[in-house]
Amino acid sequence: MKLHYQVDGDNFLVAGEASASLKRTLKQLGIDSSIIRKISISMYEAEMNMVIHAYGGVIDVEISTDKVHILLKDKGPGIPDIDLAMKEGYSTASHEIRELGFGAGMGLPNMKRYSDHLNIYSEVGVGTTVEIIVFLM
Amino acid sequence: MELREIQDILKANVWAGESRLDMEVHAACGCDLMSDVLAFAKEEVLLLTGLINPQVIRTAEMLDIKAIVFVRGKSPTEDMINMANQKKMVLLSTDQPLYVACGKLYGRGLMNKGDN
Ligand SMILES: Nc1ncnc2c1ncn2[C@@H]1O[C@H](COP(=O)(O)OP(=O)(O)O)[C@@H](O)[C@H]1O
Ligand SMILES: [Mg+2]
Repeated sequence: MKLHYQVDGDNFLVAGEASASLKRTLKQLGIDSSIIRKISISMYEAEMNMVIHAYGGVIDVEISTDKVHILLKDKGPGIPDIDLAMKEGYSTASHEIRELGFGAGMGLPNMKRYSDHLNIYSEVGVGTTVEIIVFLM
Repeated sequence: MELREIQDILKANVWAGESRLDMEVHAACGCDLMSDVLAFAKEEVLLLTGLINPQVIRTAEMLDIKAIVFVRGKSPTEDMINMANQKKMVLLSTDQPLYVACGKLYGRGLMNKGDN
């Protein structure tokens, strides 16, 4: 099953719709709730990053019998140093974003923790692609 | 612990899910950082927070958190109440600050975060 989502870049308040929608679909498919949780947390953090740090983007999800594969693509500013960005607590988020409860620099570490594979491809000035894989068995 | 008991302990107002106050929670997590909640909260916890914005409801949805207490006398917005009703969540609010609200519930036997 393939799903496609468009993520609006300028509305922090409604962000997360794609992750919520995927979560509902996974529930309908009868997937184990602890696995749904891993997928939801990883994708939600990645979707929020697209909105907070880039200008939105597109998400493609492929659900197969053994795994869920999520590809998030944005045309944002890119990440100059991915190793640094992966560090717990590292964040370039604005004060406004922090006041809303985000920007603690825990998003990428959370994605790493909850996914089975996390790959980040990024080019400064071009954009970022985040690939998340969670196995279903 | 039943949500009704939590409402009583915190003298809380109910903003959504009045009919679901017989629901049980077994642990709680007090936090103003949504990423921390995403990192550490277990399932079926009660979330206590001083943050007011729709992403709090969204974060709870991602984690199957069914009940939220807003502290420090803050009340949820109309948008948040609508979202919570759709997702069958319970929203409460109390005048107590986060630290005190958590302390009271802990003192009455509610565990932290979800680990025993
Ligand atoms: N899609 C993205 N585009 C550009 N920069 C990003 C993106 N995702 C993450 N980053 C960078 O990596 C940092 C760390 O991300 P993360 O761990 O999610 O923390 P936070 O979002 O709280 O800042 C961000 O502050 C930002 O500088
Ligand atoms: Mg982030």
